Amino acid sequence: MIPASFDYVRADSLDQATGLLERHGDGAKVLAGGHSLLPLMKLRLAVPEVLVDIGRIPGLSYVRDGGDHLAVGALTTHDEIARSPLVGSQLPLLAHVAGQIGDPQVRHRGTIGGSLAHGDPASDLPAVVLALRGTLVLRGPGGSREVDSEAFHLGFLETAVAPDEILTEIRLPKMGELGWGFEKLTKRAQDWAIVGAVAARLDGDGSTAIALINVGPVPARALAAEAALEAGSSPAEAAARADDGIEVSGDLNASEAFRRHLTRVLVGRALEKALV
Amino acid sequence: MSILGNRVLRREDPKLLTTGGTYVGDLDLPSALSLTFVRATIAHGRILGVDSKDAKRAPGVVGVFTCDDMGLAPMPPSMAFLNQAMARPLLASGVVRYVGEAVVAVVAESAAAATDAAELVVIDYEPLAVVVDPLEALKDETLLFPEVGTNNCFELQFGHDDRFFEGCDVVVRQRIINQRVAPCPLETRAAAALLEGDGRLLFYSSTQSAHGVRDTLASSLDLAKESIHVITPDVGGGFGAKATVYPEDVVTAWCARRLGRPIVWSETRSESMLGLGHGRAQVQDVEIGGTRDGRILAYRIDVVQDAGAYPAIGAMLPFMTRTMATGVYDIARAEFNSTSVVTNTVPTVAYRGAGRPEAAAAIERAMDCYAAEIAMDPGELRRKNLIAADVFPYTTPTGTEYDSGNYVPALDLALEMAGYPKLRADQQARRRAGGSRQLGIGLSSYVEITNGVPEGEYGAVEILPNGKAIVRTGTSPHGQGHHTSWAMLVADQLGIAMEDIEVIHGDTDLVPRGVGTFGSRSLQIGGAAVNQAAIEVVDKARALAADLLEADVADIVLDKPGATFHVAGTPSISRGWAELAQASLERAGEPLMAEVDLPTAGATFPFGTHVAVVEVDTETGQVRLVSHVAVDDAGRILNPLLAEGQVHGGIAQGAAQALVEEFSYDAAGNPLTGNFADYSIISAAELPSFDAAFTETPTPRNALGAKGIGESGTIGSTPAVQNAVVDALSHLGVRHVDMATTPERVWLAIQAARADAGNGTKSRKGAA
Ligand SMILES: Cc1cc2nc3c(=O)[nH]c(=O)nc-3n(C[C@H](O)[C@H](O)[C@H](O)COP(=O)(O)OP(=O)(O)OC[C@H]3O[C@@H](n4cnc5c(N)ncnc54)[C@H](O)[C@@H]3O)c2cc1C
Repeated sequence: MIPASFDYVRADSLDQATGLLERHGDGAKVLAGGHSLLPLMKLRLAVPEVLVDIGRIPGLSYVRDGGDHLAVGALTTHDEIARSPLVGSQLPLLAHVAGQIGDPQVRHRGTIGGSLAHGDPASDLPAVVLALRGTLVLRGPGGSREVDSEAFHLGFLETAVAPDEILTEIRLPKMGELGWGFEKLTKRAQDWAIVGAVAARLDGDGSTAIALINVGPVPARALAAEAALEAGSSPAEAAARADDGIEVSGDLNASEAFRRHLTRVLVGRALEKALV
Repeated sequence: MSILGNRVLRREDPKLLTTGGTYVGDLDLPSALSLTFVRATIAHGRILGVDSKDAKRAPGVVGVFTCDDMGLAPMPPSMAFLNQAMARPLLASGVVRYVGEAVVAVVAESAAAATDAAELVVIDYEPLAVVVDPLEALKDETLLFPEVGTNNCFELQFGHDDRFFEGCDVVVRQRIINQRVAPCPLETRAAAALLEGDGRLLFYSSTQSAHGVRDTLASSLDLAKESIHVITPDVGGGFGAKATVYPEDVVTAWCARRLGRPIVWSETRSESMLGLGHGRAQVQDVEIGGTRDGRILAYRIDVVQDAGAYPAIGAMLPFMTRTMATGVYDIARAEFNSTSVVTNTVPTVAYRGAGRPEAAAAIERAMDCYAAEIAMDPGELRRKNLIAADVFPYTTPTGTEYDSGNYVPALDLALEMAGYPKLRADQQARRRAGGSRQLGIGLSSYVEITNGVPEGEYGAVEILPNGKAIVRTGTSPHGQGHHTSWAMLVADQLGIAMEDIEVIHGDTDLVPRGVGTFGSRSLQIGGAAVNQAAIEVVDKARALAADLLEADVADIVLDKPGATFHVAGTPSISRGWAELAQASLERAGEPLMAEVDLPTAGATFPFGTHVAVVEVDTETGQVRLVSHVAVDDAGRILNPLLAEGQVHGGIAQGAAQALVEEFSYDAAGNPLTGNFADYSIISAAELPSFDAAFTETPTPRNALGAKGIGESGTIGSTPAVQNAVVDALSHLGVRHVDMATTPERVWLAIQAARADAGNGTKSRKGAA
């Protein structure tokens, strides 16, 4: 469990960090909470030449009221999100999901930025961001840009974050009292979801969004089920279509067939809670 | 008032919980080198070449060795009745037989340097056909040792009687997979070796048997036992898997001798998952026959044991399964047959219970299948067939003699503690309501064998001139609390305060002989030896006191509260332990001490009943253990706190096997659960608070009346939890779910039962 040797730089500012990333290109990796990256390095599945530690850059850990949305700094830990009164009142779904991640140790180290940037379909927070149609703010050497959650996840462990970019902020529309449901089947309390589902009522047109956790290679929305609801189907009918058109993987914990079944069951349960 | 039977706090804990223990990996050995291994990445293959040029040149590397470099003979299977032709080379030689097998040893100035260098070793393999499934291995189509001509490494074949089930109204059959699990002690394997000034080898080992390590090292390295000194620092668990000496241990010692510098080998968790032996791994076919009204007449079990790539203790576990095959039931006829086969997987060894949990799981599942078939309550079926209290010692149809037992009260107490009638009513109510969360209640009445090996144990008590006592024991605690228990025993005999009694174990220079700690033997043989030594030292002291007080020995009494000897009736004139120890040195020129090599008077048979309650989500297949009642009887209990600790840990591990733990391979022999992200070691979050109680039926086979408690929790809990899962689904037509009862297995079982019901077939109906 000893990683290959690497250089380590602690960045003091975003500019310094993006400069380092630009200089080192693909050989560099951003280090935030380290709870996804360090295990991969210890298994020597990730072998970066340089780690750019952004953990001490000031001003990246916050929850701000942006009027119609909340802006969450990338370095905000799962635990901080779970305990934030602002998140608790405006985005209880996010607080609840963050509070269920891994175990207390993981929640105290892991960050929302790391969770999104890692692009792991088994992670919980990407599903929340996808369901709520969040916006991600990326900062590169040339400045900042905003990316729609729809366009953020490109493939397995692959996101829109370029090698010289840093995810700085996640913006999510406030939900207030709107209904939501979160279902996560785990083998043990601390485990990643075998399958998870997020359902959330959206403001405005009153539609309901559904996003899936650990179903396929990319965090995905259950578009067929969403459309069914839109067309007036009952939650149960919509849930029966939760895995329609979704690429579903099989693994040690769930074959493809079982995972499809779980997806339908958990979406059904999440919808029941969201639509009361 | 005797201290025995009291909840004395563990004296080991303050250090472990504050500054922490000193494990092999914590040793500060100046100028020590680190040893690591290049391990096989394929399950079966011929080694065509090993290129270690780059590794040898890598920074900090001191030595890179293959099996040929070492020139040591392979380790033969440790027991003579295992196929001796299947010897295990210390490093793979010519062929690798499982993923994780050590092929090359790399020694460097630091662990990081050794790990980096190990990555540079290139091994060229010619892949060979792989066999992972023991049932496939049985066919001998793919052979691990072609020169031997079979994968069979051990068998117990007594044949089948065609008319075995004659007279039975009902015969129920079930195939049961007792899955492979990884023992996962918190401390992984570790060893350190160095040469002392006088040329002796000092070897630190994370083991359950210091003397066993010494003896095996001596034979493997062709050294005299006296030239090896083994020390066991704190050991972070073993569960039976550390009762074995591993090739890596021998290589560590060899490197220290070869390089003349201290060597430390401390494996990572990922290595440990493929290096420390695995446990269980049986395929069982059980058949139980009896009358319609619930009287068992005949029980048959056929076992295929997966031994892994090299036969070790795991290969002979069916012997223990046979020993305990018929469990707590009075069954007239029993048949047991087994074959152990090698496969391209991690070798199997002893794991908490070692062969007995497999026996209990088989018959307890069979009992529930039988109960379901005749529609009888599983509690009633058990009560009807329990061996009666007045027939002990009782000899089973497989020839095992149970010492003592009283099975009905344990069953009754467990059902009472669980609130059994109310549980059944709750279950009915849930079934009627028809929701997705169904309740299951599982019973397991078990008996097991402890202190099953023929060896005795060493114990000594010495009184120091300052009046304090030193206890030397041949047992090898690694979490059990012998420092507390042995001090209690000695304090009780001598009247010396516990804090003035030091216990020494696990140092082959300080303790002349020893067997070790495994098979739940320690208290009843090692503790009994210490107890006997204490009695003998009191006798010696009494004789000395008689001399000093110029009185007759018969008139000398030990005043335990005062820790003094005096003539009966005249307590004012007395001699204390310090004076007597000094007198012994002055008069006899020897310390006041007694040494005992206590022979075993035979195995003992703890028993009990566990009741587990689970909630099963019939839509997702998820199982939650809601409550677990354990009534265990391990004879007389010395320290209930320690006994409960053993029970609680045992239940956790046993429930884990039923619920989540399983070591898996793909068909090519690649491990799928090689780290703690994938292998589901259970945590407190998945478990309820346990409800544990004891009944006490002493054994006549030792002076303490004690039986072993170390493995009962594991043996009793697994079938209770598994039976509970099946019970939760029985109204849906499910008769069996294999372990681990994961969401997918539960879901598949429900699907299959529904399909059966749909087809109008009735599942698994046996006929006489
Ligand atoms: C035992 C355990 C259990 C867990 N269980 C769960 C679970 O149930 N659910 C769940 O969702 N997660 C779980 N996790 C993962 C955890 O939430 C991680 O913390 C998270 O996925 C990554 O966040 P991090 O800050 O640790 O990122 P790091 O590990 O530091 O980084 C992860 C990746 O993202 C990149 N990165 C990080 N931050 C940025 C940034 N701001 N901009 C650009 N790139 C960045 C890194 O370069 C790296 O590639 C678990 C982790 C562990 C160890």
